[in-house]
Amino acid sequence: MTDTAEPTAPPTTRQRQAAKIAEAASGPIGWTLLKILLLAIVDAIALYAAYVLFTHQEWLVLGIVVVVAALVNWIYFSRKRVPAKYLTPGIIFLVVFQVFTLLYTGYIGFTNYGTGHNGTKEQAISSLLASAQERVEDSPTYPVTVVEQFGTYGLLVTDPDTGDALLGTADQPLTEVDAEFAGGQAVGVDGWTTLPIAKVFTLSAELEKLSVPFSDDPNDGSLRAPDGQKGYLYVSTLAYDADADTITDTKNGTVYSDLGTGAFTSEDGEELLPGWQTTVGFDNFVRAISDQSIRGPLISVTVWTFVFALVSVASTFFLGLLLALVFNNTRMRFRNGYRIILILPYAFPAFLSALVWAGMMNESFGFINQVLFGGAEIPWLTDPVLAKVSVLLVNLWLGFPYMFLVCMGALQGIPSDVNEAAVMDGANPWQIFRRIKLPLLLVTVAPLLISSFAFNFNNFNLIYMLTNGGPRFDDVSIPVGHTDILISMVYKVAFTGQNRDYGLASAFTILIFIVVATISIISFRKTKALEELN
Amino acid sequence: MKVNKRGIAAFGAIAVVSTLSLAGCASGGTADGGSSDGDKDASTLTVWVDAERVDALQDAADAYEKKTGVTVKLLGKSVDDMKDDFIQQVPTGKGPDIVMGAHDWLGELSANGVVAPLELGDSASDYLPVALQAATYDGTVYMLPYAVENIAILRNADLAPEPATSFDDMTAKGGFVVEQGAEGNPYHLYPFQTAFGAPVFGTDSSGSYDPANLQLGSEGGFAFADWLAAQGKNGTGVLNTDVDGEIAKQQFLDGKAAFWLTGPWNVGTAVDAGINVAIDPIPSPSGQTASPFAGVKGFFVSAESKNKVAANDFLVNYIGTEDVQLELFKAGNVLPALTAAADSAASDPIIAGFQAVGADAVPMPAIPAMGSVWQFWGVAEAAIINGADPKATWQKLVDDVTAAIK
Repeated sequence: MTDTAEPTAPPTTRQRQAAKIAEAASGPIGWTLLKILLLAIVDAIALYAAYVLFTHQEWLVLGIVVVVAALVNWIYFSRKRVPAKYLTPGIIFLVVFQVFTLLYTGYIGFTNYGTGHNGTKEQAISSLLASAQERVEDSPTYPVTVVEQFGTYGLLVTDPDTGDALLGTADQPLTEVDAEFAGGQAVGVDGWTTLPIAKVFTLSAELEKLSVPFSDDPNDGSLRAPDGQKGYLYVSTLAYDADADTITDTKNGTVYSDLGTGAFTSEDGEELLPGWQTTVGFDNFVRAISDQSIRGPLISVTVWTFVFALVSVASTFFLGLLLALVFNNTRMRFRNGYRIILILPYAFPAFLSALVWAGMMNESFGFINQVLFGGAEIPWLTDPVLAKVSVLLVNLWLGFPYMFLVCMGALQGIPSDVNEAAVMDGANPWQIFRRIKLPLLLVTVAPLLISSFAFNFNNFNLIYMLTNGGPRFDDVSIPVGHTDILISMVYKVAFTGQNRDYGLASAFTILIFIVVATISIISFRKTKALEELN
Repeated sequence: MKVNKRGIAAFGAIAVVSTLSLAGCASGGTADGGSSDGDKDASTLTVWVDAERVDALQDAADAYEKKTGVTVKLLGKSVDDMKDDFIQQVPTGKGPDIVMGAHDWLGELSANGVVAPLELGDSASDYLPVALQAATYDGTVYMLPYAVENIAILRNADLAPEPATSFDDMTAKGGFVVEQGAEGNPYHLYPFQTAFGAPVFGTDSSGSYDPANLQLGSEGGFAFADWLAAQGKNGTGVLNTDVDGEIAKQQFLDGKAAFWLTGPWNVGTAVDAGINVAIDPIPSPSGQTASPFAGVKGFFVSAESKNKVAANDFLVNYIGTEDVQLELFKAGNVLPALTAAADSAASDPIIAGFQAVGADAVPMPAIPAMGSVWQFWGVAEAAIINGADPKATWQKLVDDVTAAIK
């Protein structure tokens, strides 16, 4: 029989030990060690992060890190939970790079984050008050020594005119004191500790608050020492009332109050900047659709984006397919040489190619006009219609090699007997292509066409480098032009000029996401019909 | 399965690391700039510096540390993203204590509340007037200036031995190029505009630009528009929107143009190319002075800095000295902002040339309203150069800007 070699008696202790050693030597122990080592590294990093987060009191993130680390350990130390072992890394990546970004963008879309609304309300108030300090005209520079008494800080000031020593704190106006002098400057006074300059440097927060009234009359201003050595006399033009939560302009009495719009606003609608970040609900979305100066360009930019993406996909696909068919023909000589040349545009970085094309298409100095058209002045990039044509042409040049490669692969995947059978049945080459090859090809290529559409929909590089959206629309308030697509428009709204509007840009991004997602879902549904062919 | 474990664990490691880095981003707290811990005697100043100038500042930083015990940490950064990073990081409490930048950032920095006022005290009068004016925003000084930059005429002295006496003289003498581009370049055309008596904004009593007083639409503005049209496509063709920075440079280097209106940043290239460069004032098309924009570079203190005292001291009493300003000058070859340093730097004829032109320069407005102007300005100028009706186009520019500022 076949199983005669099987020992009939149970294994002895020695045999069991031998089997264990053999098993260990064959590998698993090495892997286990490696697994433990890697998990140890992960845990060490998590522990360090937890410590750092703890010192920064970031409780939410700390909680997430701890839970994730625990989960990772639980999953990988177990012998079971095999699916989780495969899924966990992917899910973590998904959450970190996709879900987080998406949620954060969504959140920004509902805020007024942008120029003038950049930080918190506290920061805005302190910044407003700090910049409202005006040095009293023609006031002298006061040599200052910072002194301390039981945790209260004071300024020991030498009057540059009389040479007298004056002492004051935030609550106590300057009064004359007897002081020790060194080099004409008061440096010490009884009962107060003179702080060395190195110590003063560490007291920024205290010194910032230390504004010593010059006299009992607040209109005389107060003395501050921004560098801890020289004092200057300031008056403030703004006053903050913490109870009423208002800021008053002391010059003309205008009261600015917080109306929930993220900035202190006066009754006639004048805002004090900086304001602060606050959620504004659907304001950004409403603005994107209703604001006259944005709606106009938004519509034409959206239409052009679709035209651009569709024409780009179609033109590159058909040129790529045509070339693939040609080079798939075995009667063609030097096929490999041609193929390599055709791949070249694909091998260059797209943004560089776009830059080079922008130079070649320059109206007076470009290669195309100068050499190919004998000095003609064709406004390739400056005429609205020609600029669109140029963008499409350059994108065709950039995009067909990819389609060529894809179609080439797909064509080679179609069995040759299908072709032969069709020839036997008397089909002509066009019929073979139209009825047999193309449908079979589309099964493979359709998902790639959809992703190519999504890519071109957001093909920022090309637009930015080639035309930068130009030529500009001449009747809108944002710097958008005839060849701008949605994503480059978003970029301009968010990142160019002096007035950034991250909130509005995020709202646009969400709208674009919805459009692309809808189109992709519909298209993928449609392509399922193609798969029935197989 | 065995084989995959390593991969999975590695993935896990990367994933956790990235979670943490995100956590790092999210956690603001007190990352930089020392703690407010009262017992600590030494503090650290973090300074973001244009990467090319780190070395020039290193000596000053070392000397300052030796003298005061305050550690100055210089971080070289790319100029391109310094401003945006600063604006975004300061409110989270990260960011540096001091950032190196240009005065036209001021409007944005101030509107975002990320800069702290700086008291120059009596040393204010030691700076070139244009530098001090540029450092002041809304009556408050925010910047310690270190360099003043303005455009001037670079003349190829081999082709044109004598400076031009007027704009027409210059174009007649042998080629003039100026950088434009499809969307125009108002910065480079500004001296000609001012020569027609049309600055962008008027100034208020304190000398600050007044956004309510738009001078663009003054009589001079329309005269300038007519002149632009006359120099454009349908006129002499001297101005051409197809000429961008690269093309202008090439024409000058090839000797096709004897005069090039550009800034000190291009002098090095021209000298290296073996051209006998002389710096001339900008010839006026109208007889009045042609004032270019001055860009002033300097240092800002973060509004959230925990070390404002040391930062103030370092800037005012250290960077504001002649030696350090001259060090920075050597690194960038741009006229120092401190008058004493500027005068010693002007022993170089090229610097002296720029200084002479700079005497007529006006600071580029940093007020946020300027953003609205830039948006329409260049496009309108480009349209006029390319043959659009000067009166109507300029009027539209004025209307658009007026509407945008409101």
